[in-house]
Amino acid sequence: MRTELRGLRRSLLHLILAVIAALYLSPLVYMAVTSLKTREGAGSTTPEWIPRPATLDAYREILGSTDFPVVTWFVNSVAAATGHAVLVLVTAAPAAYALARLDFRGRRAAFAVIVATLFVPPVVLLVPNFLIVNELAWVDSLPAVIVPAAAGAFGVFFLRQFFTTLPGELEEAAELDGCNRWQTFARVVLPLAKPALVTLFVLSFLSNWNDFLWPLFVLLSPESLTLPAGLGNFQGANSIRYDLLMAGAMIASIPVLLLYLVAQRWIIEGISRSGLKG
Amino acid sequence: MSVPTASGVRVRRMRPWTPWAFLAPYLLLFAVFMALPIGFGFWTSLHEWDINVPAKPFVGLSNYADLFDPSSVDGPRFWTAMKATGIFTVFSVPLLIVLPLLVALLMNGRFRGRNLYRAVYFAPYVLGVAVVGLLWRFLLDGNIGLVNHYLGLDVQWTTDLPGAWVALIGVTVWWTLGLNSVIFLAGLQDIPRELYEAAMVDGAGAWHRFRAITLPGLRPVTLFVVNATILASANMFGQSYLITVGAPADQTKTAIYLIAETGLRQFDMGTASAMSFVLAAFLMAASGLVFGAFRNRRTAGDTA
Repeated sequence: MRTELRGLRRSLLHLILAVIAALYLSPLVYMAVTSLKTREGAGSTTPEWIPRPATLDAYREILGSTDFPVVTWFVNSVAAATGHAVLVLVTAAPAAYALARLDFRGRRAAFAVIVATLFVPPVVLLVPNFLIVNELAWVDSLPAVIVPAAAGAFGVFFLRQFFTTLPGELEEAAELDGCNRWQTFARVVLPLAKPALVTLFVLSFLSNWNDFLWPLFVLLSPESLTLPAGLGNFQGANSIRYDLLMAGAMIASIPVLLLYLVAQRWIIEGISRSGLKG
Repeated sequence: MSVPTASGVRVRRMRPWTPWAFLAPYLLLFAVFMALPIGFGFWTSLHEWDINVPAKPFVGLSNYADLFDPSSVDGPRFWTAMKATGIFTVFSVPLLIVLPLLVALLMNGRFRGRNLYRAVYFAPYVLGVAVVGLLWRFLLDGNIGLVNHYLGLDVQWTTDLPGAWVALIGVTVWWTLGLNSVIFLAGLQDIPRELYEAAMVDGAGAWHRFRAITLPGLRPVTLFVVNATILASANMFGQSYLITVGAPADQTKTAIYLIAETGLRQFDMGTASAMSFVLAAFLMAASGLVFGAFRNRRTAGDTA
């Protein structure tokens, strides 16, 4: 009787979770389906879940458009997200190591100041960072979307937590073997920190790839936009061409969905354990 | 240089500047794009500042005073936007706490497919607001959208109130439910199983176990999630920009949307900076209230 009840409860649980899952995925499925429709099909008032006829016309049109250089946006997005993630790693990793492991005067104060900025509402940085980026002549170019966000404290905070959990014996052994601090860091600590570094790389890549407000305002000419900023402008000009909009949305989604498929566990663990805010 | 350690092994002492060399690359970024802008932003807010106009006269607090002056151009605009941010935050945050907690409780157990469900619920969050905005602009279309079709409604979700708020909040729940769910789920899994087993032995029912063990055990995670969700909701921009474009009559144009437009499109940077500091003051007050509420509860619970 008891086991029967438990079986019933388990089935009910699966039913609820599966219904939510289906509702969750259906908008994404419909996005993919619509991107394969004709212009008329996408504008039809009765929803069709199978595109008839299925066509790549929307992709061909959007990829061939000169007003909306989607291929250039794609390349810009890849370059920006990669550059940003690399910059975060090369700056945050040594800083986090020093804060976790090296003993020096001012360490607590430095860490306190850096962590305190996690509580600064990012909105106050918007205008002054635009002015600073303008001063550096970076407006309308990729450094504007690569560099400033790397000043955020998240990467340092995240890696420092990981470094403090590493056992100290290996570093001591390396020092005894005659390694200096840099050699210990590069040859012993970084290889041990690989999972944390990969997680931080992926999270930084994703957040840059998806960033919307900043690139929308700091990138101006059509050929310097990233995909989200480009799609934002694109919608304004093509509000009724849903076949094109969905094809554009698919082009922006496919890389991150593939990344998610491969690195899903790292992404979720990384975010749930560190509490990255959206 | 070497110094003897307690064990007699000689470990080289590092040079005093070595730690700062490790920190230098990050500190450079931090100084230029984090520390400097905080001060510079406030400085800007004290001036009439247009990027294209060389003269930037010092105006003291008059940019702030304008925001509190109902007869100024910027005051009413700003408070309409603050109201939009407030409405969105007040209605989205409870949903973004309760629903993810329910989902996390459903998933907190060992059963087949759990990781698959978790991955599915989290999936929209990896897409970013541009894709989410475009997609839902389409699904919410008043004439050909799936939402009206399947609900049998005829609501103009993108232009009418209160439909626009329902749409913006619903889309945000769909987009970020998985984020808060996985954080709650990680918190649930940190609660020691022995506590539940002991409570079962004592004959505590499910509701009692939830009240006495789960909720207190989740307190630190909940504090974090509530705070982060308030800040994220108060920074809502993309959904409004892409789905409603602020309609109707700028009533869904949020504060950060107005600040970005004012400062980065119209280049009225003094006013925009003043707006951002007023918004930041509200956000920090909200965070303070949240921290205070959680601390008071704990002391109340301890003495009870």
